[in-house]
Amino acid sequence: MQQNLSSSDPIVSLRDVQKSFGPLRVLDGVSFAVERGEVLALIGRSGSGKSTALRCIDRFEKVDGGEIVVCGHRVDRPDVDLRALRQDVGIVFQSYNLFPHLTIEQNITLAPCAVKGMATSRARDLARKVLAQVGLEEKLHAYPEQLSGGQQQRAAIARSLAMQPKVMLFDEVTSALDPELTAEVLKVIEQLAADGMTMVMVTHEMGFAKGIADRIVFMHRGKVHETGPASILTSPTTPELTQFVGTGNLKS
Amino acid sequence: MSLQLDFPAVLERWPSFLGGAALTLELAAFATVLGALFGTLAAVGRGSRSPLIAGACKVYVETIRNTPLLVQIFLVYFGLASLGLKFSAFTVAVAALTINVGAYTAEIMRAGFEAIPRGQIEAAEGLALSRLQIYWHIILLPAIEKVYPALTSQFVLLMLASSVCSQISAEELTAVANYIQSDTYRAFETYIIVAVLYVILSLVMRAGFWGLGLVLFPRRRRLGTPL
Repeated sequence: MQQNLSSSDPIVSLRDVQKSFGPLRVLDGVSFAVERGEVLALIGRSGSGKSTALRCIDRFEKVDGGEIVVCGHRVDRPDVDLRALRQDVGIVFQSYNLFPHLTIEQNITLAPCAVKGMATSRARDLARKVLAQVGLEEKLHAYPEQLSGGQQQRAAIARSLAMQPKVMLFDEVTSALDPELTAEVLKVIEQLAADGMTMVMVTHEMGFAKGIADRIVFMHRGKVHETGPASILTSPTTPELTQFVGTGNLKS
Repeated sequence: MSLQLDFPAVLERWPSFLGGAALTLELAAFATVLGALFGTLAAVGRGSRSPLIAGACKVYVETIRNTPLLVQIFLVYFGLASLGLKFSAFTVAVAALTINVGAYTAEIMRAGFEAIPRGQIEAAEGLALSRLQIYWHIILLPAIEKVYPALTSQFVLLMLASSVCSQISAEELTAVANYIQSDTYRAFETYIIVAVLYVILSLVMRAGFWGLGLVLFPRRRRLGTPL
Protein backbone atom coordinates (compact mmCIF):
# COMPACT_ATOMS: atom_id res chain seq x y z
CA MET A 1 0.00 0.00 0.00
CA GLN A 2 2.75 2.41 0.85
CA GLN A 3 3.91 4.19 -2.24
CA ASN A 4 7.40 5.49 -2.64
CA LEU A 5 7.42 8.69 -0.76
CA SER A 6 9.73 11.45 -1.83
CA SER A 7 10.56 14.06 0.73
CA SER A 8 8.77 16.72 -1.28
CA ASP A 9 5.41 14.95 -1.21
CA PRO A 10 2.94 16.28 1.32
CA ILE A 11 2.51 14.19 4.48
CA VAL A 12 -1.25 14.57 4.29
CA SER A 13 -3.31 15.48 1.27
CA LEU A 14 -7.05 15.58 0.82
CA ARG A 15 -8.55 16.08 -2.63
CA ASP A 16 -12.23 16.73 -3.21
CA VAL A 17 -13.24 14.68 -0.16
CA GLN A 18 -16.96 13.97 0.21
CA LYS A 19 -18.65 12.65 3.32
CA SER A 20 -22.29 12.45 4.35
CA PHE A 21 -23.96 11.26 7.53
CA GLY A 22 -27.33 10.14 6.14
CA PRO A 23 -28.81 13.12 4.28
CA LEU A 24 -26.40 15.52 5.95
CA ARG A 25 -23.45 16.46 3.76
CA VAL A 26 -20.63 17.07 6.23
CA LEU A 27 -17.72 17.33 3.82
CA ASP A 28 -18.48 18.75 0.43
CA GLY A 29 -15.36 18.65 -1.68
CA VAL A 30 -12.67 19.36 0.89
CA SER A 31 -9.09 19.72 -0.33
CA PHE A 32 -5.95 20.69 1.53
CA ALA A 33 -2.41 19.43 1.99
CA VAL A 34 0.06 19.44 4.86
CA GLU A 35 3.75 19.56 4.11
CA ARG A 36 6.44 17.94 6.23
CA GLY A 37 7.05 19.97 9.39
CA GLU A 38 4.03 22.13 8.79
CA VAL A 39 1.43 23.01 11.41
CA LEU A 40 -2.05 23.33 10.00
CA ALA A 41 -4.98 24.59 12.03
CA LEU A 42 -8.52 23.63 11.05
CA ILE A 43 -10.95 26.21 12.33
CA GLY A 44 -14.62 26.90 11.89
CA ARG A 45 -17.95 26.83 13.65
CA SER A 46 -19.25 23.71 15.34
CA GLY A 47 -20.76 21.53 12.63
CA SER A 48 -18.60 23.01 9.87
CA GLY A 49 -16.97 19.61 9.28
CA LYS A 50 -13.50 20.30 10.68
CA SER A 51 -13.47 17.43 13.17
CA THR A 52 -14.85 15.05 10.56
CA ALA A 53 -12.13 16.12 8.14
CA LEU A 54 -9.50 15.43 10.79
CA ARG A 55 -10.95 12.03 11.64
CA CYS A 56 -10.99 11.07 7.97
CA ILE A 57 -7.20 11.45 7.91
CA ASP A 58 -6.83 8.58 10.41
CA ARG A 59 -9.81 6.79 8.87
CA PHE A 60 -12.02 7.03 11.89
CA GLU A 61 -14.54 8.08 9.25
CA LYS A 62 -14.76 6.44 5.85
CA VAL A 63 -15.12 8.95 3.04
CA ASP A 64 -17.76 8.68 0.31
CA GLY A 65 -15.57 10.15 -2.42
CA GLY A 66 -12.34 11.95 -3.16
CA GLU A 67 -8.75 11.04 -2.41
CA ILE A 68 -6.83 11.06 0.86
CA VAL A 69 -3.13 10.25 0.94
CA VAL A 70 -1.36 10.12 4.32
CA CYS A 71 2.34 9.23 4.46
CA GLY A 72 1.89 7.32 1.22
CA HIS A 73 -1.20 5.39 2.38
CA ARG A 74 -4.30 5.73 0.21
CA VAL A 75 -6.71 6.22 3.10
CA ASP A 76 -9.78 6.50 0.87
CA ARG A 77 -9.32 2.99 -0.48
CA PRO A 78 -11.11 0.11 1.25
CA ASP A 79 -7.96 -2.04 1.29
CA VAL A 80 -5.81 0.49 3.18
CA ASP A 81 -3.62 -1.16 5.82
CA LEU A 82 -5.12 0.54 8.88
CA ARG A 83 -2.47 -0.62 11.31
CA ALA A 84 0.35 0.61 9.08
CA LEU A 85 -1.45 3.93 8.62
CA ARG A 86 -1.98 4.37 12.35
CA GLN A 87 1.66 3.70 13.12
CA ASP A 88 2.45 6.74 11.01
CA VAL A 89 -0.31 8.91 12.43
CA GLY A 90 -0.77 9.89 16.07
CA ILE A 91 -4.11 11.21 17.24
CA VAL A 92 -5.07 12.98 20.46
CA PHE A 93 -8.71 13.41 21.43
CA GLN A 94 -10.71 16.00 23.34
CA SER A 95 -11.56 13.45 26.06
CA TYR A 96 -7.93 12.21 26.54
CA ASN A 97 -9.03 8.55 26.46
CA LEU A 98 -6.21 7.26 28.63
CA PHE A 99 -6.77 3.63 29.63
CA PRO A 100 -8.02 3.91 33.23
CA HIS A 101 -6.88 0.49 34.41
CA LEU A 102 -3.25 1.05 33.37
CA THR A 103 -0.63 3.29 34.92
CA ILE A 104 0.69 6.18 32.83
CA GLU A 105 3.80 4.11 32.09
CA GLN A 106 1.68 1.13 30.97
CA ASN A 107 -0.52 3.44 28.89
CA ILE A 108 2.59 4.59 27.04
CA THR A 109 4.45 1.28 26.70
CA LEU A 110 1.44 -0.80 25.58
CA ALA A 111 1.45 0.12 21.90
CA PRO A 112 5.24 0.13 21.32
CA CYS A 113 5.42 -3.35 22.91
CA ALA A 114 2.26 -4.85 21.40
CA VAL A 115 2.43 -3.26 17.95
CA LYS A 116 6.13 -2.76 17.32
CA GLY A 117 7.38 -5.66 19.44
CA MET A 118 9.65 -3.37 21.44
CA ALA A 119 11.35 -4.94 24.47
CA THR A 120 9.76 -3.89 27.77
CA SER A 121 12.93 -2.31 29.14
CA ARG A 122 13.38 -0.19 26.02
CA ALA A 123 9.71 0.80 26.07
CA ARG A 124 10.09 1.92 29.68
CA ASP A 125 13.04 4.12 28.78
CA LEU A 126 10.96 5.53 25.96
CA ALA A 127 8.08 6.21 28.36
CA ARG A 128 10.42 8.23 30.58
CA LYS A 129 11.67 10.16 27.58
CA VAL A 130 8.26 11.12 26.19
CA LEU A 131 6.93 11.93 29.66
CA ALA A 132 9.88 14.25 30.15
CA GLN A 133 8.93 15.91 26.88
CA VAL A 134 5.52 16.78 28.29
CA GLY A 135 6.86 17.52 31.80
CA LEU A 136 5.27 14.59 33.62
CA GLU A 137 8.17 12.28 34.56
CA GLU A 138 7.00 12.15 38.16
CA LYS A 139 3.63 10.68 37.09
CA LEU A 140 5.14 7.54 35.57
CA HIS A 141 3.48 5.18 38.05
CA ALA A 142 0.28 7.14 38.66
CA TYR A 143 -3.09 6.05 37.35
CA PRO A 144 -4.98 8.40 35.00
CA GLU A 145 -7.65 9.26 37.57
CA GLN A 146 -4.94 10.65 39.87
CA LEU A 147 -4.05 13.29 37.25
CA SER A 148 -5.68 16.62 36.45
CA GLY A 149 -7.31 17.08 33.06
CA GLY A 150 -4.33 18.97 31.71
CA GLN A 151 -1.92 16.31 32.96
CA GLN A 152 -4.07 13.57 31.45
CA GLN A 153 -4.05 15.32 28.11
CA ARG A 154 -0.27 15.75 28.24
CA ALA A 155 0.06 12.05 29.10
CA ALA A 156 -2.15 11.24 26.11
CA ILE A 157 0.17 13.32 23.91
CA ALA A 158 3.16 11.44 25.35
CA ARG A 159 1.44 8.11 24.64
CA SER A 160 0.97 9.16 21.05
CA LEU A 161 4.56 10.39 20.75
CA ALA A 162 5.91 7.04 21.93
CA MET A 163 4.77 5.52 18.63
CA GLN A 164 7.01 8.04 16.85
CA PRO A 165 4.35 9.16 14.39
CA LYS A 166 5.17 11.13 11.25
CA VAL A 167 2.18 13.37 11.76
CA MET A 168 0.07 14.20 14.81
CA LEU A 169 -3.62 15.01 14.77
CA PHE A 170 -5.18 17.03 17.59
CA ASP A 171 -8.95 17.01 17.84
CA GLU A 172 -9.99 19.97 20.05
CA VAL A 173 -7.57 18.76 22.70
CA THR A 174 -8.11 21.70 25.05
CA SER A 175 -11.89 22.03 24.78
CA ALA A 176 -12.51 20.20 28.06
CA LEU A 177 -9.94 22.22 30.02
CA ASP A 178 -10.00 25.48 31.94
CA PRO A 179 -7.72 28.32 30.72
CA GLU A 180 -4.85 27.44 33.05
CA LEU A 181 -4.78 23.75 32.08
CA THR A 182 -5.28 24.74 28.44
CA ALA A 183 -2.12 26.83 28.65
CA GLU A 184 0.00 23.91 29.92
CA VAL A 185 -1.22 21.66 27.11
CA LEU A 186 -0.70 24.33 24.46
CA LYS A 187 2.85 24.84 25.72
CA VAL A 188 3.57 21.17 25.04
CA ILE A 189 2.12 21.42 21.54
CA GLU A 190 4.17 24.56 20.88
CA GLN A 191 7.32 22.69 21.85
CA LEU A 192 6.40 19.86 19.46
CA ALA A 193 5.93 22.38 16.68
CA ALA A 194 9.30 23.89 17.48
CA ASP A 195 10.83 20.40 17.27
CA GLY A 196 9.52 20.12 13.72
CA MET A 197 6.56 17.77 14.19
CA THR A 198 4.01 17.82 11.39
CA MET A 199 0.64 18.58 12.94
CA VAL A 200 -2.98 19.06 12.01
CA MET A 201 -5.13 20.52 14.74
CA VAL A 202 -8.77 21.30 15.11
CA THR A 203 -8.94 24.13 17.58
CA HIS A 204 -11.14 26.85 18.96
CA GLU A 205 -8.15 28.64 20.46
CA MET A 206 -7.79 31.38 17.86
CA GLY A 207 -4.94 33.12 19.63
CA PHE A 208 -3.03 29.85 19.76
CA ALA A 209 -3.80 29.01 16.10
CA LYS A 210 -2.52 32.41 15.10
CA GLY A 211 0.66 31.97 17.09
CA ILE A 212 1.59 28.45 16.06
CA ALA A 213 -0.03 27.57 12.73
CA ASP A 214 1.86 27.87 9.48
CA ARG A 215 -1.42 27.71 7.69
CA ILE A 216 -5.08 28.11 8.57
CA VAL A 217 -7.92 26.26 6.91
CA PHE A 218 -11.26 27.89 7.67
CA MET A 219 -14.13 25.49 7.09
CA HIS A 220 -17.68 26.57 6.51
CA ARG A 221 -20.62 24.29 5.68
CA GLY A 222 -18.44 21.35 4.71
CA LYS A 223 -16.16 23.31 2.42
CA VAL A 224 -12.77 24.95 2.76
CA HIS A 225 -13.99 28.50 2.74
CA GLU A 226 -10.77 30.39 3.16
CA THR A 227 -7.19 29.29 3.59
CA GLY A 228 -3.88 31.02 3.98
CA PRO A 229 -1.14 31.92 6.48
CA ALA A 230 -2.02 32.77 10.06
CA SER A 231 -2.36 36.40 9.03
CA ILE A 232 -5.78 35.67 7.50
CA LEU A 233 -7.11 35.58 11.03
CA THR A 234 -6.33 39.26 11.45
CA SER A 235 -7.18 40.26 7.89
CA PRO A 236 -9.84 37.85 6.61
CA THR A 237 -11.11 38.25 3.08
CA THR A 238 -14.45 36.46 3.27
CA PRO A 239 -17.37 37.84 5.28
CA GLU A 240 -17.84 34.44 7.00
CA LEU A 241 -14.30 34.33 8.38
CA THR A 242 -14.55 38.01 9.31
CA GLN A 243 -17.65 37.21 11.30
CA PHE A 244 -16.11 34.06 12.80
CA VAL A 245 -12.92 35.70 14.07
CA GLY A 246 -14.90 38.81 15.02
CA THR A 247 -16.77 36.77 17.59
CA GLY A 248 -13.58 35.57 19.26
CA ASN A 249 -11.02 37.75 21.00
CA LEU A 250 -7.95 38.00 18.85
CA LYS A 251 -6.65 41.21 20.31
CA SER A 252 -3.88 39.46 22.23
CA MET B 1 -46.15 -31.88 69.01
CA SER B 2 -42.59 -32.21 70.00
CA LEU B 3 -39.45 -31.60 68.04
CA GLN B 4 -36.62 -33.96 68.83
CA LEU B 5 -33.38 -33.31 67.09
CA ASP B 6 -30.61 -35.87 67.18
CA PHE B 7 -27.58 -34.27 65.62
CA PRO B 8 -24.93 -36.71 66.92
CA ALA B 9 -26.55 -39.54 64.93
CA VAL B 10 -26.07 -37.52 61.75
CA LEU B 11 -22.84 -35.75 62.59
CA GLU B 12 -20.97 -39.02 62.96
CA ARG B 13 -21.19 -39.09 59.16
CA TRP B 14 -19.05 -35.92 59.01
CA PRO B 15 -16.46 -37.37 56.60
CA SER B 16 -19.24 -37.93 54.04
CA PHE B 17 -20.55 -34.39 54.53
CA LEU B 18 -17.09 -32.90 54.08
CA GLY B 19 -16.46 -35.08 51.05
CA GLY B 20 -19.74 -33.90 49.54
CA ALA B 21 -18.92 -30.27 50.25
CA ALA B 22 -15.51 -30.68 48.62
CA LEU B 23 -17.13 -32.23 45.55
CA THR B 24 -19.64 -29.40 45.31
CA LEU B 25 -16.82 -26.88 45.49
CA GLU B 26 -14.89 -28.80 42.83
CA LEU B 27 -17.96 -28.94 40.60
CA ALA B 28 -18.53 -25.21 41.04
CA ALA B 29 -14.86 -24.43 40.40
CA PHE B 30 -14.75 -26.35 37.12
CA ALA B 31 -18.05 -24.88 35.92
CA THR B 32 -17.05 -21.35 36.97
CA VAL B 33 -13.73 -21.38 35.13
CA LEU B 34 -15.10 -23.08 32.01
CA GLY B 35 -18.35 -21.10 32.10
CA ALA B 36 -16.47 -17.80 32.46
CA LEU B 37 -14.35 -18.59 29.40
CA PHE B 38 -17.27 -19.94 27.39
CA GLY B 39 -19.59 -17.10 28.36
CA THR B 40 -17.00 -14.43 27.58
CA LEU B 41 -16.49 -15.93 24.12
CA ALA B 42 -20.27 -15.95 23.63
CA ALA B 43 -20.43 -12.30 24.68
CA VAL B 44 -17.72 -11.43 22.14
CA GLY B 45 -19.59 -13.53 19.59
CA ARG B 46 -22.80 -11.61 20.14
CA GLY B 47 -20.98 -8.47 19.05
CA SER B 48 -19.60 -10.19 15.95
CA ARG B 49 -20.04 -8.58 12.56
CA SER B 50 -21.04 -11.99 11.19
CA PRO B 51 -24.82 -12.34 11.59
CA LEU B 52 -24.40 -16.13 11.76
CA ILE B 53 -22.07 -16.04 14.78
CA ALA B 54 -24.02 -13.24 16.50
CA GLY B 55 -27.30 -15.10 15.87
CA ALA B 56 -25.97 -18.45 17.14
CA CYS B 57 -24.71 -16.82 20.35
CA LYS B 58 -28.05 -15.09 20.87
CA VAL B 59 -30.02 -18.32 20.39
CA TYR B 60 -27.71 -20.07 22.87
CA VAL B 61 -28.06 -17.38 25.53
CA GLU B 62 -31.82 -17.04 25.19
CA THR B 63 -32.48 -20.80 25.13
CA ILE B 64 -30.50 -21.39 28.30
CA ARG B 65 -31.89 -18.41 30.16
CA ASN B 66 -35.45 -19.51 29.43
CA THR B 67 -35.29 -23.19 30.40
CA PRO B 68 -34.88 -24.78 33.85
CA LEU B 69 -31.45 -25.94 34.91
CA LEU B 70 -32.76 -29.40 35.81
CA VAL B 71 -34.15 -29.87 32.30
CA GLN B 72 -30.81 -28.77 30.83
CA ILE B 73 -29.02 -31.30 33.02
CA PHE B 74 -31.35 -34.08 31.87
CA LEU B 75 -30.93 -33.02 28.25
CA VAL B 76 -27.13 -33.27 28.50
CA TYR B 77 -27.30 -36.49 30.55
CA PHE B 78 -29.76 -38.37 28.33
CA GLY B 79 -28.57 -36.67 25.15
CA LEU B 80 -25.02 -37.95 25.60
CA ALA B 81 -26.33 -41.36 26.65
CA SER B 82 -28.54 -41.72 23.56
CA LEU B 83 -25.53 -40.82 21.41
CA GLY B 84 -23.85 -43.81 23.01
CA LEU B 85 -21.34 -41.62 24.87
CA LYS B 86 -20.54 -42.68 28.40
CA PHE B 87 -19.35 -40.07 30.86
CA SER B 88 -19.36 -40.00 34.63
CA ALA B 89 -22.26 -38.16 36.28
CA PHE B 90 -19.71 -35.63 37.55
CA THR B 91 -18.47 -34.84 34.02
CA VAL B 92 -22.02 -34.49 32.78
CA ALA B 93 -22.77 -32.17 35.69
CA VAL B 94 -19.74 -30.01 34.90
CA ALA B 95 -20.77 -29.82 31.23
CA ALA B 96 -24.38 -28.91 32.00
CA LEU B 97 -23.44 -26.30 34.62
CA THR B 98 -20.86 -24.81 32.26
CA ILE B 99 -23.44 -24.45 29.50
CA ASN B 100 -25.87 -22.93 31.99
CA VAL B 101 -23.59 -20.40 33.66
CA GLY B 102 -21.97 -19.58 30.31
CA ALA B 103 -25.23 -18.07 29.10
CA TYR B 104 -25.62 -15.87 32.18
CA THR B 105 -21.95 -14.91 32.02
CA ALA B 106 -22.44 -13.93 28.37
CA GLU B 107 -25.24 -11.53 29.27
CA ILE B 108 -23.33 -9.99 32.16
CA MET B 109 -20.11 -9.65 30.11
CA ARG B 110 -22.05 -8.10 27.23
CA ALA B 111 -23.22 -5.40 29.62
CA GLY B 112 -19.59 -4.93 30.66
CA PHE B 113 -18.38 -4.64 27.06
CA GLU B 114 -21.10 -2.13 26.27
CA ALA B 115 -20.06 -0.01 29.24
CA ILE B 116 -16.61 0.58 27.72
CA PRO B 117 -16.63 4.11 26.26
CA ARG B 118 -16.25 4.29 22.48
CA GLY B 119 -13.31 6.67 22.98
CA GLN B 120 -11.25 3.95 24.67
CA ILE B 121 -11.53 1.77 21.60
CA GLU B 122 -10.79 4.67 19.24
CA ALA B 123 -7.70 5.58 21.25
CA ALA B 124 -6.52 1.96 21.03
CA GLU B 125 -7.25 1.84 17.29
CA GLY B 126 -5.38 5.10 16.87
CA LEU B 127 -2.35 3.41 18.47
CA ALA B 128 -2.52 0.68 15.79
CA LEU B 129 -3.53 -2.10 18.17
CA SER B 130 -5.28 -5.03 16.48
CA ARG B 131 -8.86 -6.04 17.27
CA LEU B 132 -7.66 -8.95 19.38
CA GLN B 133 -5.13 -6.77 21.24
CA ILE B 134 -7.86 -4.21 21.94
CA TYR B 135 -10.12 -6.87 23.44
CA TRP B 136 -7.29 -8.32 25.47
CA HIS B 137 -5.54 -5.18 26.72
CA ILE B 138 -8.22 -2.48 26.70
CA ILE B 139 -11.70 -3.99 26.94
CA LEU B 140 -11.54 -7.23 28.90
CA LEU B 141 -10.33 -6.21 32.36
CA PRO B 142 -12.27 -2.93 32.62
CA ALA B 143 -15.39 -4.79 31.42
CA ILE B 144 -14.93 -7.50 34.07
CA GLU B 145 -14.26 -4.81 36.66
CA LYS B 146 -17.53 -3.05 35.83
CA VAL B 147 -19.62 -6.21 36.26
CA TYR B 148 -17.51 -8.03 38.85
CA PRO B 149 -20.14 -8.08 41.66
CA ALA B 150 -22.87 -9.35 39.29
CA LEU B 151 -20.52 -11.90 37.78
CA THR B 152 -19.31 -13.35 41.07
CA SER B 153 -22.86 -13.51 42.47
CA GLN B 154 -23.79 -15.55 39.43
CA PHE B 155 -20.99 -18.03 40.15
CA VAL B 156 -22.09 -18.37 43.79
CA LEU B 157 -25.65 -18.96 42.58
CA LEU B 158 -24.30 -21.63 40.26
CA MET B 159 -22.65 -23.39 43.19
CA LEU B 160 -25.95 -23.38 45.09
CA ALA B 161 -27.90 -24.50 42.01
CA SER B 162 -25.49 -27.40 41.51
CA SER B 163 -27.51 -29.20 44.22
CA VAL B 164 -29.96 -30.29 41.50
CA CYS B 165 -27.13 -32.38 40.02
CA SER B 166 -28.08 -34.89 42.74
CA GLN B 167 -30.91 -35.80 40.34
CA ILE B 168 -28.44 -37.50 38.02
CA SER B 169 -26.61 -38.97 41.03
CA ALA B 170 -23.59 -36.76 40.57
CA GLU B 171 -21.59 -36.98 43.76
CA GLU B 172 -22.01 -33.64 45.50
CA LEU B 173 -23.25 -32.29 48.81
CA THR B 174 -26.99 -32.70 48.29
CA ALA B 175 -26.61 -36.19 46.83
CA VAL B 176 -24.50 -37.18 49.83
CA ALA B 177 -27.17 -35.75 52.11
CA ASN B 178 -29.83 -37.80 50.37
CA TYR B 179 -27.92 -41.00 51.16
CA ILE B 180 -27.33 -40.02 54.74
CA GLN B 181 -30.91 -39.09 55.51
CA SER B 182 -32.25 -42.29 53.96
CA ASP B 183 -29.74 -44.22 56.06
CA THR B 184 -30.31 -42.45 59.36
CA TYR B 185 -33.96 -41.41 58.99
CA ARG B 186 -32.83 -38.04 60.30
CA ALA B 187 -33.81 -35.87 57.33
CA PHE B 188 -34.32 -32.54 59.12
CA GLU B 189 -31.00 -32.68 60.95
CA THR B 190 -29.24 -33.74 57.75
CA TYR B 191 -30.54 -30.83 55.70
CA ILE B 192 -29.87 -28.32 58.48
CA ILE B 193 -26.22 -29.41 58.37
CA VAL B 194 -26.28 -29.27 54.57
CA ALA B 195 -27.71 -25.75 54.65
CA VAL B 196 -24.96 -24.62 57.02
CA LEU B 197 -22.34 -26.20 54.76
CA TYR B 198 -23.76 -24.36 51.72
CA VAL B 199 -23.55 -21.08 53.62
CA ILE B 200 -19.91 -21.82 54.41
CA LEU B 201 -19.20 -22.72 50.77
CA SER B 202 -20.79 -19.44 49.65
CA LEU B 203 -18.62 -17.50 52.07
CA VAL B 204 -15.53 -19.36 50.88
CA MET B 205 -16.33 -18.50 47.26
CA ARG B 206 -17.04 -14.84 48.05
CA ALA B 207 -13.74 -14.61 49.92
CA GLY B 208 -12.00 -16.21 46.96
CA PHE B 209 -13.52 -13.72 44.53
CA TRP B 210 -12.58 -10.85 46.81
CA GLY B 211 -8.97 -12.04 46.75
CA LEU B 212 -9.07 -12.53 42.99
CA GLY B 213 -10.38 -8.98 42.63
CA LEU B 214 -7.30 -7.66 44.44
CA VAL B 215 -5.07 -9.45 41.95
CA LEU B 216 -7.10 -8.53 38.85
CA PHE B 217 -7.63 -4.86 39.63
CA PRO B 218 -4.39 -3.46 41.07
CA ARG B 219 -5.64 0.10 40.55
CA ARG B 220 -8.44 -0.49 43.08
CA ARG B 221 -5.89 -1.84 45.51
CA ARG B 222 -3.60 1.15 45.00
CA LEU B 223 -6.27 3.80 45.17
CA GLY B 224 -8.36 2.04 47.80
CA THR B 225 -11.60 2.16 45.78
CA PRO B 226 -13.83 -0.75 46.79
CA LEU B 227 -15.46 -2.88 44.14
